[in-house]
Amino acid sequence: MLAVKVHNLSLKNPVLTASGTFGYGEEFADFIDLNRLGGFVVKGTTGTHREGNPYPRMVETPSGMLNSVGLQNGGVEKFCSEVYHRIKHLDTNIIVNVSGSSIEEYCSVAEQIDALEKIPAIELNISCPNVKCGGMGFGTSPDMAAQVVEAVRKVYHKTLIVKLSPNVTSITEIAKAVEGAGADSVSLINTLLGMAIDIERRRPAMANVTGGLSGPAVKPVAVRMVWQVAHAVNIPVVGLGGISTAEDAIEFLMAGATAIEVGTANFIDPAVTVKIIDGMEQWCKNHGISDINEIIGII
Amino acid sequence: MKEIHDFKIIRREQLGQHYFRLVLQHGGTMQPVAPGQFVEVQVEGRPEVMLRRPISVHDVDQETGTMSLLIQIVGNGTRRLAELREGDSLNLVYPLGHGFSTDIASGSRALLVGGGAGIAPLLHLSKVLGTKGVRPTILLGGRTADLIPVRDDFEPYGTLCIATDDGSLGHKGLVISHPAFAESYNIIYTCGPTPMMKAVARSAAERGIRCEVSLENLMACGVGACLCCVTDTDQGHRCVCKDGPVFDTAKMGKWMNV
Repeated sequence: MLAVKVHNLSLKNPVLTASGTFGYGEEFADFIDLNRLGGFVVKGTTGTHREGNPYPRMVETPSGMLNSVGLQNGGVEKFCSEVYHRIKHLDTNIIVNVSGSSIEEYCSVAEQIDALEKIPAIELNISCPNVKCGGMGFGTSPDMAAQVVEAVRKVYHKTLIVKLSPNVTSITEIAKAVEGAGADSVSLINTLLGMAIDIERRRPAMANVTGGLSGPAVKPVAVRMVWQVAHAVNIPVVGLGGISTAEDAIEFLMAGATAIEVGTANFIDPAVTVKIIDGMEQWCKNHGISDINEIIGII
Repeated sequence: MKEIHDFKIIRREQLGQHYFRLVLQHGGTMQPVAPGQFVEVQVEGRPEVMLRRPISVHDVDQETGTMSLLIQIVGNGTRRLAELREGDSLNLVYPLGHGFSTDIASGSRALLVGGGAGIAPLLHLSKVLGTKGVRPTILLGGRTADLIPVRDDFEPYGTLCIATDDGSLGHKGLVISHPAFAESYNIIYTCGPTPMMKAVARSAAERGIRCEVSLENLMACGVGACLCCVTDTDQGHRCVCKDGPVFDTAKMGKWMNV
């Protein structure tokens, strides 16, 4: 009833988790059966180990939060030699979020992940707002976005999802550019660039000054962009941004998303993903829908 | 194992203007909670307190399935929590983090140093140390006597010493100027304001005493997934929620000396 396909990737349901909000899955194993998920997207992985930005890295804002973690991760070699072996037995799709500061770094990480049998897809992160070099720099220009996707496409042979930034004038132009460069799917939206000030200390709330906004506050922006992109490209769209309930997920599907990612909501309820899956199934039953694909992109 | 569970508030005590204590009942079999571990509390009903709040566990009674939280009212989240009443339910994700190490030899000399809201986890710790044959010295500090709200509860579990900035109770001055602080110990555990913990940790390092600190950083997930709550350690950034909140200061040179 809930099965969908994102290019060659078969998902038992449309529910994935968003990179950076779900660790390597293991952190949530006490709360949910990870095998129930359509899949999960692991933490952004770079060519070498990164310490990320200084603390403080987050601040709560109305119906959302800003974060500026800055891609802290152990690097691709550590992922392949340690983390992968701890999670590869899971019966769900494990997708690696791939980040970098140069085209060479993106390609090197993608190539190493390509060799891992149990990783059927990568999500190419050209939209991180919290790193100085690369990241969002690649995702805000159609030419740069196309260049990095084209280069990665040459070395990566499985499902290639490209994660887009909402911090652009026209997200459809970027989406079309990465589609033309060989992306199999696009996921959107990454966080919206924001800022908060601690007025008592008269200082920015985060050490990095600016950060990415996520949570229910961004949902209407995300729904709008998913709808725009779904009408502009012919590849499947993965929607994310503030999804906390089954109803939110259905809304994204109607806007044109084939699958969705749950992010910040995992912090509020570590079991929310399974509740969303159960809720979507119930919603389908209540509405006489036998195949969730019937509602994808109906708007 | 960690779980998400609705506890029932069976007692609420206001302790002066700034603190309150909630006693929570599990209603079934509560997961074991080690001293120094914490819970993430769901604060419902307002957009500005969407995220859970990390609160350290003050006291635990495994047999009756109860735990208590000692909470200082500091912001939007704790103000909302202060409105809770007996009979209300409270959703927790627990037990979280890495607590104090209590695997120490019977008869060891242990010092517990707590400041302000940081005295909260030391009650559970002093009780557990008691079961290991350790009767600790418990040194509690605050600006005034009002800030040491539950000192009498500690009395049965160790030698209690008090320091207040204004001298309204016990020794007048900082905890590190209390005579009990200068005695010799096998281990020092501390939780409280960062400047206090750093001073305690530096002194312990100078005297060659093992020291554990319990940190409190702004946190989102509480389980080591989002990497927002990191602290500087000699091994790089580590999550306070998962690798801590309790750290051995032997690995915290960078934190201690900044």
